[in-house]
Amino acid sequence: MIRRRALLAAAAAAPLARPARAQASVVKIGVLNDQSGVYRDISGPTSVACVRQAVEDGARGLSVEVLTGDHQNKPDIGASIARQWIDRDGVDMIIDVANSGVALAINGVCKEKDRVYINSTGATADLTGPACAATTVHWTYDTWMLAHSTGAAMVGAGGDTWFFVTADYAFGTALERDTTNFVKQAGGKVLGSVRHPFPGNTDFSSFLLQAQASRAKVVGICNAGTDTVNTIKQAAEFGLTRSGVKLAGLLVFLNDVHALGLEAAQGLVLTESFYWDLNDRTRSFTRRVLPKTGGVHPAMSHAGCYGGALHYLKAVADMGAAEAKRSGGATVARMKAMPTDDDAFGAGSIRADGRKLHPVYLFEVKKPGESKAPWDYYKLIATTPAEQAFRPLNEGGCPLVRA
Amino acid sequence: MISIFGVPGPLLFGQLSLGLINGAFYALLSLGLAVIFGMLNIINFAHGALFMLGAFASWMLLVPNTWLAMISPGLSVPDWLSLGYWPALVVAPVLVGAFGLLLERTVIRRLYKLDHLYGLLLTFGMALIIEGLARNAFGSSGMPYRTPDALQGPVNLGFMFMPKYRLWVLLAAGGMCLLTWFLIERTQLGARLRAATENPDLVQAFGVNVPRMISLTYAGGVALAAFAGVLAAPIYSVNPNMGSNFIITVFAVVVIGGMGSILGSIVTGFGLGIVEGLTKVFYPQASATVIFVVMVIVLLARPAGLFGKAA
Repeated sequence: MIRRRALLAAAAAAPLARPARAQASVVKIGVLNDQSGVYRDISGPTSVACVRQAVEDGARGLSVEVLTGDHQNKPDIGASIARQWIDRDGVDMIIDVANSGVALAINGVCKEKDRVYINSTGATADLTGPACAATTVHWTYDTWMLAHSTGAAMVGAGGDTWFFVTADYAFGTALERDTTNFVKQAGGKVLGSVRHPFPGNTDFSSFLLQAQASRAKVVGICNAGTDTVNTIKQAAEFGLTRSGVKLAGLLVFLNDVHALGLEAAQGLVLTESFYWDLNDRTRSFTRRVLPKTGGVHPAMSHAGCYGGALHYLKAVADMGAAEAKRSGGATVARMKAMPTDDDAFGAGSIRADGRKLHPVYLFEVKKPGESKAPWDYYKLIATTPAEQAFRPLNEGGCPLVRA
Repeated sequence: MISIFGVPGPLLFGQLSLGLINGAFYALLSLGLAVIFGMLNIINFAHGALFMLGAFASWMLLVPNTWLAMISPGLSVPDWLSLGYWPALVVAPVLVGAFGLLLERTVIRRLYKLDHLYGLLLTFGMALIIEGLARNAFGSSGMPYRTPDALQGPVNLGFMFMPKYRLWVLLAAGGMCLLTWFLIERTQLGARLRAATENPDLVQAFGVNVPRMISLTYAGGVALAAFAGVLAAPIYSVNPNMGSNFIITVFAVVVIGGMGSILGSIVTGFGLGIVEGLTKVFYPQASATVIFVVMVIVLLARPAGLFGKAA
């Protein structure tokens, strides 16, 4: 199809052939995420803005086009958009992809079509484990890293007895199991847990009372989205945090804290690999991107789209657009060979299994009185260095590593 | 310390009172559904979305300048137009009720002569549209809403520390249920309403404006949902999906109580709240399912529901 169009163009007039050839070297990035559902705020339009920022900062003479798609949290819809983008529109790289189910589907499509896939918002550690692919980079975080940072670092900070409030499905129970292991390894104790139905539970007060009755120092919240917001809001209402209990959110983003307000979220402990007010470079990145997001401050999931896209463009510039467009696997190999460096995550690297390595931070949410400005929400309580923050290379079961 | 089936007494009493409070929400929401179904014969699937609109309306009244700036930067109103929780308790249901009136006048009215299924599909579609628009405008993660100052902090009930706000919810929802029941079952207005559902033509012949009464009834049912939404704002996440989390349970309550029965929905709402609360102690995994188990048993024994009249 493309060849026929090129021939027609060449036949019609020689000068017209030039823009057609220029078109072939346009690098196309597809931002595929949730634009309308529950994960809209942790991915959605802010991720798109961050990718556009990366293009602005790192295009270096390349001509780059950014496409946007809404996977509606359905793996089949996500996969068909990806196929359409690759087959019809000539998209070279797909980025973001919130929701682990959709993330795994896109992982398969990009592997099959030999196109680059940079995941930022999808949580499953399988992307660099059994499902790892030579075309995939998992940038921002994963379930192992969250459980490890929040579990182990929290015990280190004195929270050595735990009680879990867990959503009763695969994601929740896996998160509880992983966190339990890290808590025990670090010398902590788990006093109990309660499984709440998912979906269809709105009131968490009875579970919180059970947590309170256990006298644990830390209540681990192994659920996501609205469930997490409700749990935290009601924990504040029942005075758990005021009585000295620490709440540890295993999957909480800056935007969730914004939705809760500091009144309800104060004292909550959580893990992110990026915070806008961490250092001069993160502040500078945030200042640049804010006009594109309508004032919404990026969370780590959004910043990952910036870092990932920027590093991709560096690799493309390095190897030449034509070469990069030919093979996704070769582009990712080049990305792994180059050290990464961007304003959001600082210096880092990409491992053989596609895992991006960078330091990971344990934050505590500020009290309303400590917050000096809008979106001034976190104080840093612990940092896990890059080499310890993620699952060791030989434990993931990634076929690329054994080979 | 007393202990019942291995569960310490205070914990059990605590759970029972929490169950009762959740039951108050179920009762209030299913009451609106029962009023609408009983009087209009419409299965109002948009009820959850209207509940959500109630919560959002109270948030919008509290911080008008925040969302005006989201619509268009620079747009603002003077600070005295910002309404706190107490005025919102009245103003939000009135606003959302007026929106309900508009829906009834423009679309729902056209379906009265058709099968129930059409009303169900129409209101379900409306719910999807309302929730989708809200997500587009306000995002998915929700908005903060502070508990009013007068109701901050706990009360010591002897067996537990109960937040004052929860007790207020019990009082407000219980009071509103009684008021609605009284209005429909014990006043002349209610008598006319009930007569109009039995035989609209005859009631119209007596000079009662039946279509207007029906419109106002729908608006009233919607206002009840919005009232529940305002009550929910300080304790639940105020987000566009908050209604769809409730609506399935609430429909089960209405079915168990008997479709369209006012008293049935109130009693069943509180009762199921308690059953759910107890399940959360003994086997929490089943606490969302237990309501449907009750529904199956009740429907097998009494197909018209606990308080429903057999057709």
